[in-house]
Amino acid sequence: MPKDFLKGVQDEYDVIVIGSGLAGMTSANILGRAGYSVLLLEQHYKLGGMATWFKRPGGHIFDVSLHGFPHGMIKSCRRYWSPEIAESIVPLKRIRFDNPMFSLTTTYNRDDFTRLLTDQFNVEPASVKSFFDAARGMNFYDDQAMTTGELFEKFFPGRHDVVRLLMEPIVYANGSTLEDPAITYGIVFSNFMSKGVYTFEGGTDRLIQMMEAELKSNHVDVRIKCDVEKVNLRQGRVASVTVNGRTIKTRAVVSNANLRATIFRLLGEAQLDPQFVDQAREVRLNNSSTQVYMALKPGETVEESTGDLLFSSTAADFRTDLLLSRDVTSRTYSFYYPRTRPEGRERTLLVSSTNAHYRDWSELSDDDYEASKQDLIETTLDAVEKYLPNIRERLAHVEASTPRTFRHYTQHVAGASFGTKFEGLAVSRGLPDQVKGMYHAGSVGIIMSGWLGAINYGVIVANDVDAMLMAAATSGKTSAPS
Amino acid sequence: MTSSEIREEILDILENIAPDEDLSDLTDDVAFVDQLELDSMDFLDIVMELRKRHRVQIPEEDYTELASMASTVAYLTPLMKDMQKA
Ligand SMILES: Cc1cc2nc3c(=O)[nH]c(=O)nc-3n(C[C@H](O)[C@H](O)[C@H](O)COP(=O)(O)OP(=O)(O)OC[C@H]3O[C@@H](n4cnc5c(N)ncnc54)[C@H](O)[C@@H]3O)c2cc1C
Repeated sequence: MPKDFLKGVQDEYDVIVIGSGLAGMTSANILGRAGYSVLLLEQHYKLGGMATWFKRPGGHIFDVSLHGFPHGMIKSCRRYWSPEIAESIVPLKRIRFDNPMFSLTTTYNRDDFTRLLTDQFNVEPASVKSFFDAARGMNFYDDQAMTTGELFEKFFPGRHDVVRLLMEPIVYANGSTLEDPAITYGIVFSNFMSKGVYTFEGGTDRLIQMMEAELKSNHVDVRIKCDVEKVNLRQGRVASVTVNGRTIKTRAVVSNANLRATIFRLLGEAQLDPQFVDQAREVRLNNSSTQVYMALKPGETVEESTGDLLFSSTAADFRTDLLLSRDVTSRTYSFYYPRTRPEGRERTLLVSSTNAHYRDWSELSDDDYEASKQDLIETTLDAVEKYLPNIRERLAHVEASTPRTFRHYTQHVAGASFGTKFEGLAVSRGLPDQVKGMYHAGSVGIIMSGWLGAINYGVIVANDVDAMLMAAATSGKTSAPS
Repeated sequence: MTSSEIREEILDILENIAPDEDLSDLTDDVAFVDQLELDSMDFLDIVMELRKRHRVQIPEEDYTELASMASTVAYLTPLMKDMQKA
């Protein structure tokens, strides 16, 4: 008999959260803390979604998506999680750029960028100031007509080097391009510029463990290996979910699954207004990623001046489409020094990330896929040589992941690393108007993605769910329709 | 609750949300964002806290009413006039 991962589960909950990414976990935590009965269902054997890690023999622990997030994470973790989690958030001090246009190291905040732009790039201080002010003044409900490319052209006409400095990290952070609405760039960029880039001391594994403990202390029923197949409706409102052959009743569902999977797989278009379905079909997904994970042999050390984050490129010019090409010229390196995990074994690791198209990997035969993966590893090691000489001899372990890997583990349509393009936000927010009790929380609209975006979006949606449940209770409808 | 009790309540909520801010010299008819470091998540926290404490429901389209202390109190007074101060 296979193990029953739903053993002891109740017949009914106030809220069922589908998916334990950062948005799903945060919604579950807030609603559990508010006193609702909450069931959190995750299809994988680990919590965290893309906020994940894996271990390899020899004491190596690789972080997949812990490259950096804005300072706002401290406040959000303190309020929506716990003071202990917030206290482990520490700044990254050395953000490095190395490309044919410029090489520099920065603390990646407004003061240092103002200094660089005026002294090294010779931009008028007044233009720098008005650019920063314009970016900081942006709100997600603002006019979307202006694109990021136009924003740069307005403040720094013809300056491809300036655009590269301002844009390259954000392309890596959320997959946005020069053609996306300027607000998707401005909001994320300003979040980082307010105080720089931060990381979580102890690694992703420690964060997720602490979150799991917090969920349990707030009485959230957490279940892994539970792949939700269907959300069932009754008279146009959420009634139950089908999971591992069981039907569990609920008054509200928060889906943290990919937006398109939520609409087309969990709900099914037959249950929805055709106009909404068309709108959902138009939502474009963001790109995916490839990564190469490298662990140095025990005792091999790297000077910390090498940087915490290094945006490297050999391309003469800066084009966002080139960043996605199979013919990789740009890589972002994250260095994990022993201090990343003060309680762990002394290890230095390096993760190289590139943005990638799912279609470039999805159609390969198994042999071609393996060969492409090997090629990705070899070309990456060649590129790393510049920063860590004799890298091949110093390595204890190396392996690669591709868009197919991301798809496999998170069930994200097309392995999307950063959710959907901007239009996804309206569809995600519009879902409860279609089906009463049905919500989506997860990376959408570029701004609501990344660790901080996902956590904050989880809060926004939990607030909607709380309002709905409380309104239903005061109007006398305290139980789910049965 | 009276208008002045509501004002006290908002101050108490703000103290929890922005523990590092000095609220003693807050000017009521100037926008919060021009005096305090508040972002959109902070406003959402005010909404959530009011619902938790007093079961007041503030729909999303009314969030702009929370721009300053004066506008917040004016907006909440009719909604909370029949409530008892806790
Ligand atoms: C390579 C890479 C690097 C990144 N680097 C950074 C970074 O440095 N900084 C940063 O801030 N962000 C980074 N990100 C982005 C960030 O990790 C994500 O935006 C964020 O973790 C997404 O959280 P989420 O809640 O939207 O959902 P996800 O993490 O996508 O989680 C969704 C969860 O739902 C589960 N699920 C799906 N369908 C079902 C179902 N039917 N039943 C049950 N469970 C289901 C999945 O298994 C998954 O656990 C990176 C992402 C990638 C891929």
